[in-house]
This record gives sequence, C-alpha cells and structure tokens, in this order.
Amino acid sequence: MTAITTKPPSALGALTRNNTFLGFMFLLPAAVFLLCFLTYPLGLGVWLGFTDAKIGRDGIFIGLDNYIALANDSVFWMTVYNTVLYTFIASVLKFGLGLWLALILNENLPFKSFFRAIILLPWVVPTVLSALAFWWIYDAQFSILSWSLIKLGIIDTPINFLGDPNNARFSVIAANVWRGIPFVAISLLAGLQTIPQSLHEAASLDGATGWQRFRFITLPMLTPIIAVVMTFSVLFTFTDFQLIYVLTKGGPVNATHLMATLSFQRGIPGGQLGEGAAIAVAMIPFLLASILFSFFGLQRRKWQQGGQD
Amino acid sequence: MASVEFANVRKSFGTHPVIKGVDIEIADGEFVILVGPSGCGKSTLLRMLAGLENISAGEIRIGGQVVNGLAPKERDIAMVFQNYALYPHMTVADNMAFSLTLKGASRAEIDKRVKPAAEILGLTHLLDRFPRQLSGGQRQRVAMGRAIVRDPQVFLFDEPLSNLDAKLRVAMRAEIKELHQRLKTTTVYVTHDQIEAMTMADKIVVMHDGIVEQIGAPLELYDQPANLFVASFIGSPAMNMLKGRLDPNDALKFVTEKGVVLPVAKAPESARGRALIYGLRPEHMTIADGGIPASVVVIEPTGSETQMIMRIGGDDITGVFHQRINARPGETVGLSIHAEATYLFDAESGKRLV
Ligand SMILES: Nc1ncnc2c1ncn2[C@@H]1O[C@H](COP(=O)(O)OP(=O)(O)OP(=O)(O)O)[C@@H](O)[C@H]1O
Ligand SMILES: [Mg+2]
Repeated sequence: MTAITTKPPSALGALTRNNTFLGFMFLLPAAVFLLCFLTYPLGLGVWLGFTDAKIGRDGIFIGLDNYIALANDSVFWMTVYNTVLYTFIASVLKFGLGLWLALILNENLPFKSFFRAIILLPWVVPTVLSALAFWWIYDAQFSILSWSLIKLGIIDTPINFLGDPNNARFSVIAANVWRGIPFVAISLLAGLQTIPQSLHEAASLDGATGWQRFRFITLPMLTPIIAVVMTFSVLFTFTDFQLIYVLTKGGPVNATHLMATLSFQRGIPGGQLGEGAAIAVAMIPFLLASILFSFFGLQRRKWQQGGQD
Repeated sequence: MASVEFANVRKSFGTHPVIKGVDIEIADGEFVILVGPSGCGKSTLLRMLAGLENISAGEIRIGGQVVNGLAPKERDIAMVFQNYALYPHMTVADNMAFSLTLKGASRAEIDKRVKPAAEILGLTHLLDRFPRQLSGGQRQRVAMGRAIVRDPQVFLFDEPLSNLDAKLRVAMRAEIKELHQRLKTTTVYVTHDQIEAMTMADKIVVMHDGIVEQIGAPLELYDQPANLFVASFIGSPAMNMLKGRLDPNDALKFVTEKGVVLPVAKAPESARGRALIYGLRPEHMTIADGGIPASVVVIEPTGSETQMIMRIGGDDITGVFHQRINARPGETVGLSIHAEATYLFDAESGKRLV
C-alpha cells in the first residue's frame, strides 16, 4: 500500500536509540547530586590536607608537607596501629559473638520476641549515653566491675581500667563490642531466617550432624549477608570517634587514640586544620580497602545467579 | 529395603490431636500411597516416619525395629520434599553426593554412585548446574536423584508432583513408577490427587481427619469402598449419592426423598427401615428407552465418552456414557441403572451395607 521510505537516520534519533547514551542521560541527575553533596566535602577535605590551614586563617598550598610530617610522627603511627588493632579485634569479637547470639535467637526459645527486643537495646541507646555508662563502669574508684570482683574476693584493689595502656585498649574494645553486637546479631538473625527449614531437614535426613548442618548449610548460605554486615561493621569501627572521645579522649599516653580522634584533636582543639584533614585523608586507603573487600564479597555467587551458565 | 509398620500412632500439636491412632502395615518393597483431603495429617504422618516430628504415642517400626527414639539420620530414610529442598549453593552433582560427602566417601566412590543415578534420571548433562538454573521438572528429578544415591531402606515422597504442570505430572508419574519397579525400594508417597494414587499405588491408604478410613489396592477401594468418605473420595467424576429409604413393600426398590424409585440388587435385613444413601458410579448407567426419566442439565461430549448431568426428581446426578448421545439440555432421556453395581450406605454412620 505505502512504499517504505528509508530516511537517513538523524544524528539525534541515533543517539536516543543508543542505550548507553540513554542510560547516561538517566544517570545524569543522580550523578550531579552525588557530585555536589558527596564529592565536594570530600574534595574540600583532601584539599585542606595539602594546605597549612589553621582555624581562623586560610591555608596556602604546601604540597605533601603535612603527610611528610605525619610519616615522621610516632604518635600518628601509634594511632594507625591502635585503629587497626581496635578494628580487627572488635570486628572479630562482634562477628563471633553476634553469630552466636543470632544462632541462639533463631532457636525456638520461650520469650523469643522479648529477647530479640532486649538485644537491640545497646544499639538504640545513643552512643554518648552508653559511653558515659561505660565511663562509670570503668571508673578508677567506683567501678561496679571492680567492686563486684572485690566482693567476690577475686581481687583486692580496684582495677585501673582506663589508666593502664593495655587495660584501656581492652576496655574501649569491650565497650565498642557491646555496642556493635546488636547490629551484627540482628542482621545475621534476619539472614538465618531466610534459610528454609526444609534444607535443614533434608540435611539431617542425609545424615548431617548439627555441626555439619552449620558448616555445610547455614554458613555458605549466610556468606553474602556476612560480607555486607561485616563490611559495615568494619567501617563503623574504623571511624569510631564518640566512644573513645567520651571514655578516654585518646589517653592514657595516646594508647587509645584512633585516627579519627587524633584527626579531630589536631584539627579542632589543636587548631591545625590542615594536619587534621591530612590524618582523616590517611584513613581513606583503609576504608577503600574494606569497601573493595565488600565489593568482591558482595558479588553474587554463582549459585545465586539464575539462567544459563 | 524394609517393611514399615505404624501401630496405633498418635500425634498432637499442643493439645490439638492431628493423628488419632493410625495402624498401617507396609510390606517390604511395596509402593504405598497416602491420600486424603488437605489437612488430614498425611505430611505429619510421613514426617513422623522420617523422624522430623516426634511421636506422641504408639510405635513406628522400620524393618521390625522400633524407631520412635531414633534421629532422622539413623533411620536410613530418603525423602523427596514438596519444594524439593535442594541445597542452592551446591551443584546438581554435589546435591546428589551430599550424603556420601558427609560420610567421607572417596571421590571415586561418589562418582560410582552419582553417575548411574544421574544416568537413570537423565541428569548427566546437568551435573554442573546449580538448582537455580534448572526447570521445575529437572529439580524434581535431582531431588529423586539425591534419594536414589542414598540407596535407603525407605523412600518418602511428599506431594512431589504438585508443583508441576499437568503434562509433566503425568510423565513424572510414569517415571517414578518405573523407578520403583527397577529399585524395588519400599516407598511411601503422599498426595491428595486420587488419580495419582489410583495409577501408581500397590496399596492406597485413605486418610481423613487424622484417622485411616480404609486401606486396600486401588481397585479394591474403588469397587468396595468401606464407607461414604472413601466412596466419594475415590473415583472421578465422583460417585452419585442420593438420600432415601428402601421401599417397605419391596426391598429391591430404593425410594429417594423426592420419590424416585431406583433398583437395588440385594437388600440385607440391616438396611430395611432406616435412612440410607444410594451410591451409583457415573459409568454404571446407560441410556435406554423406558428407563427412569431424567432431564438433561448439561451434556459434555469429549469424543471417546459423553458426560451428562441429569436431574431425576430434583436430584442432580452425573453419568459417563460410552455411547454417542444426541440429547439437548432440557430434553428427557430414559436412564437404565445397573442394579448389581449400586451401593447402599447407612446415612448415619456412613458405613457401606451393600
Ligand atoms: N507444626 C505444627 N503445629 C501445629 N499444627 C500443625 C503443625 N503442622 C501441622 N499442623 C496441623 O496438623 C494438621 C495436619 O497437617 P498436615 O500438614 O499433616 O496435613 P496434610 O494432610 O499434609 O495436608 P496437605 O494436603 O494440605 O499437605 C493440620 O490441621 C495442621 O494445621
Ligand atoms: Mg502436606
């Protein structure tokens, strides 16, 4: 009826038919938004790290001077050590205890929902408040822990929780673990509940013991969630600030100073904005590493993908 | 392989009784099907046999040994779940080999068991896939493969075909039956599809509300249902049931509540003078001149047979005829009933009298 006319495709028409281009156009608004609100402050921080800015005075560009100074600063290296140690020990403990709690809460216990609610408490309480509570628990004279241990006849003199470097490290880690467990436990519990009961039944018919069911069914099916939860947990722990600041302010003798607290101390009370920013920037490689870890950990496993190979 | 026995088995969830005293004997190598309406306790009974549910009272014996206190893994039973319960993070091969892996079998030994099982079920080319990458029918076969590799005393199936489409269901039905003939492993199979039960079983157990209504071979249940429940549950289309009594003057006549007279072949003394239910299978009637007048309500010719719903004296009955019938809805036909194939049930107890 009508002749098919083959018009030469216009440039614009070709572009709109190009999926990559269209995709880019749709992404643009979000990208601009992210650029303004995420990249700008980050960029400013990075820039400050290259200046000798002080509070009340704009800095001038001094290149890598701040970083060179930090590289020769034993206090800075101490905080790096502290932060890595703090993050590592606290994360391992949070994972172990959190998983254990999640497994217990996943059993059919009486008052299950009551216990689940209780578990969440440390998470809901504002950090500063729980830090203050721990401050009292760890108090050199009025510590409830020391008091109980003395009453039980286990020790004679109060423990110097926050005064001795190693005690202080252990104490802040314990406080951080206490605060962080609910997040890990509840997230893993949610993960556990997505594992169908019939898989456990099938495995027990196949001859699996309780441990084998955990090892071959529960753990592999939980890995994707463990990867997410632990990445977040590591990020939170690595950047922890409030707890330390309230409990020890980094003391004694910088034993509990973390990179975040040192950055703040040098930058704001110390007035050395440039140096504080440089310390904060120095945290980025570590954070990036754990995000990369999550990226690879989060990649959907082969068994989660549908369709053909 | 082993025999299985349920002896007065009971189960309550809390105070709610679900299985109310069940006795079943299953011989070595038998294919037994549990049927019954939804919620009657079929799955519960099967799970008790598997050890996934504890037993409130009574005894379950496998191969003569009481298993009440044994954990699932000690019972040497393989089960195919309704949702297949394949391990999603393992390949087909690993799924099938899981029980062997747990026992610490060697690679060679595992291959020796998995390969033939995969061969039988036509899964050889799928061994490297994950369950996600399989169709429903293939998953069903993997679940069976996992059971076969075990070479267990007893196979349990809980509605294994209910997630498949009608065509695949028929094909898998034949496959399972063939598999049983090859392996001769004692099998307990749960379904609520009576066609599945009739076509596959050596023996059918009809359950209702936590009790066993009747146990027997498929045609035995069809021809000699013990009571109204079995009579109405087995057979499709279902048996016609009409309320009424025997004629006091002529015991070979049954009079429906609407006053229609139907023939009876024999009437025992016990049937006289009480409220009865007259049972008539749809295929036990023919169209004949001078029969009982019946007005056609619906007529459904399918080619090989014709199904008709007819009204006699106000009661609707269904008939299946192998003759071609040229009737239209509203017309009246003459219905000839095969008196020797009819049943009489006690209306009160539901027991079959004839
Ligand atoms: N864990 C449980 N707690 C309480 N009641 C239960 C439990 N499991 C099953 N029941 C009850 O037991 C009865 C029998 O359930 P069962 O699953 O054995 O039925 P079924 O015959 O398999 O039905 P279907 O054909 O629908 O699968 C039902 O009334 C059900 O509500
Ligand atoms: Mg069921």
